[in-house]
Amino acid sequence: MSARPGTGRRTLFLCGLGALCAWTLVPIYLIALGAIGGPGLISRWPKPFWPEGSSLAALRYFLDIAGVWSATLYSVEAAVLCMALSILLGIPAGYALARFAFRGAVAFRLMVLMTRAFPVAILALPLTVGFIRLGLYDSPVGVGVMHTTLALPFAVLVSASLFQAIPHEFEEAAWVFGCSRVTAFLRVVLPLALPGIAATAIFAFVISWNEVFAASVLTVRHRTLTAYLLSVLAESPLHVQFAGGFLLIVPSVLFIFLVRRHLFAMWGIASK
Amino acid sequence: MADIVIDGIRKAFGPVVALESVSLRIADGEFLALLGPSGCGKTTLLRIIAGLETQTEGRVLIGGRDVSDLPPRKRGLAMVFQNYAVFPHLTVRENVAFGLRMAGADAVRVDRQVARAAELLHIEPYLTRYPAQLSGGQRQRVAVARALAVEPAVLLMDEPLSNLDALLRLEMRAELKGVLQSAGTTTVYVTHDQTEAMGLADRIAVLHSGRIEQIDTPAALYRHPRTRFVGGFVGSPPMNFLTVQTASGQTMLDGLTLAAPGRERVVLGVRPEDLEPAESGLAFTVRVAEPMGSHTLLTGEALGQPVRIVAPSDWRPAPGERMFVRPRPDRIVWLDPETGAALEEHLA
Ligand SMILES: Nc1ncnc2c1ncn2[C@@H]1O[C@H](COP(=O)(O)OP(=O)(O)OP(=O)(O)O)[C@@H](O)[C@H]1O
Ligand SMILES: [Mg+2]
Repeated sequence: MSARPGTGRRTLFLCGLGALCAWTLVPIYLIALGAIGGPGLISRWPKPFWPEGSSLAALRYFLDIAGVWSATLYSVEAAVLCMALSILLGIPAGYALARFAFRGAVAFRLMVLMTRAFPVAILALPLTVGFIRLGLYDSPVGVGVMHTTLALPFAVLVSASLFQAIPHEFEEAAWVFGCSRVTAFLRVVLPLALPGIAATAIFAFVISWNEVFAASVLTVRHRTLTAYLLSVLAESPLHVQFAGGFLLIVPSVLFIFLVRRHLFAMWGIASK
Repeated sequence: MADIVIDGIRKAFGPVVALESVSLRIADGEFLALLGPSGCGKTTLLRIIAGLETQTEGRVLIGGRDVSDLPPRKRGLAMVFQNYAVFPHLTVRENVAFGLRMAGADAVRVDRQVARAAELLHIEPYLTRYPAQLSGGQRQRVAVARALAVEPAVLLMDEPLSNLDALLRLEMRAELKGVLQSAGTTTVYVTHDQTEAMGLADRIAVLHSGRIEQIDTPAALYRHPRTRFVGGFVGSPPMNFLTVQTASGQTMLDGLTLAAPGRERVVLGVRPEDLEPAESGLAFTVRVAEPMGSHTLLTGEALGQPVRIVAPSDWRPAPGERMFVRPRPDRIVWLDPETGAALEEHLA
């Protein structure tokens, strides 16, 4: 921008900024307000900016619901499995896409995306039957595997673009100086891709953490947190529902905050 | 023993032929410069020797061993890449030590050889820095140090000094030559800077659109170019070429009669410094006179064709001035006007 851009442009810029902030922050704010404002505040309008009688009672009540902690544990189990599988399968596939010109590479790329074209709702019944046969039904492992199919396409495509962004010459230099293909990957490519891979891993974690439909269909007693809350909170008072919602948002927001730089780098926008 | 034999190497990238049937032999400990214009296939040939590119046809032998199908790490060589390829996630020290560590050298040897290479390339002050904190020329020197540190039997360098300032380049050139000579390293040195090639190399291979035009010692290459391309590419300013008519083994150049090959038309090649002022002879019209310090570069015309002359520095002819010059008879090269090849038939 020039030294004196004129107040008009500046106002426009600030308005845009304000609108963008509002777009993300207002819903989070409202949910937080509902969570800590107590039952009285939910139905009031207009809402006060800061609730006078704020309390953490609803949050505590929510955390005391029987089964919340074990459901959290299942959620973590499923999410960790989803993350591990996505990385272990996604990185080799991404590397192959980035480095080897094999027959059908474009088709493969497309197919990877196409897996997301099938709604889980349609697959739910055959999936349930299949999982029962395999003994995966109603277990965090089954949910984690299911979630991997959701997260894997992203893991493959994102890691492919990560590896593509690493100049081939680095690997070639490693080969010349005594590395095999595997050691060159481990010593040179992997360290360079690590920040992006970490972001991909957390992304897979969050996909699993937030997913509710498949988790509800595939479990009965060993529900993940989202699925459990869906069934429990339906009968809870509104402010407790808000408390549950708020606590579910927190990990995602934390994640995006932590990896924001890598996400931006991934999308070719310089950070800072 | 690490001589290199390149035997009928051809390389095609789809329809693009980068190299067509290149054969050459580099003796153990020899310093060979690969010289040629941009895009002539220098990097491609180097990468084939290194095993980073697979040749379409032909074989590469290093130390008598056919390495055509071996991966780079089993070929026993080091390389300086045209775009450096210095690892960004390692410090300069670890970059230089990389090859030694991969070879499983002990800490004492790593330290000694890293220190030696760093000293040679003047990069000791940056050893703890990361490549992103270096200038282009410093990064390039790290790439050279990384290759020297492993003390390879065969060293491939792709324009390793291209990014240094003139003074540093001159200094590095001398030091490189000294080190490689005393270590007896077989070196292939890619450059398109012909003074660098002339100064460093035992022999120079001139590459032109995927073909070797000539391999010779720098002096022979300069004196006896085998093609018009070599004469024009090697030497600065380039060789002059005058197309002349001949009759019964002689050619008349204004007031000068020269013995010439028995053809109707030939090309006379003569270097700018081999045209000497004379009382009579070839008439030369000065167009531009550039004082270069050590000499004056005259650009003008003779026989209606462009000619350059390197004249003594106290010569300051005015533009438009006419003068006479004579080529030194022992420095004339006769070339075929169609093919550009030197004519071997020697004259009385
Ligand atoms: N991977 C590739 N695919 C297709 N063509 C290529 C490839 N690599 C090189 N070429 C072509 O092969 C020819 C030789 O390229 P090369 O890189 O060897 O040139 P060079 O002599 O090193 O040039 P420079 O001095 O500019 O580095 C060029 O015409 C180039 O376009
Ligand atoms: Mg090149």
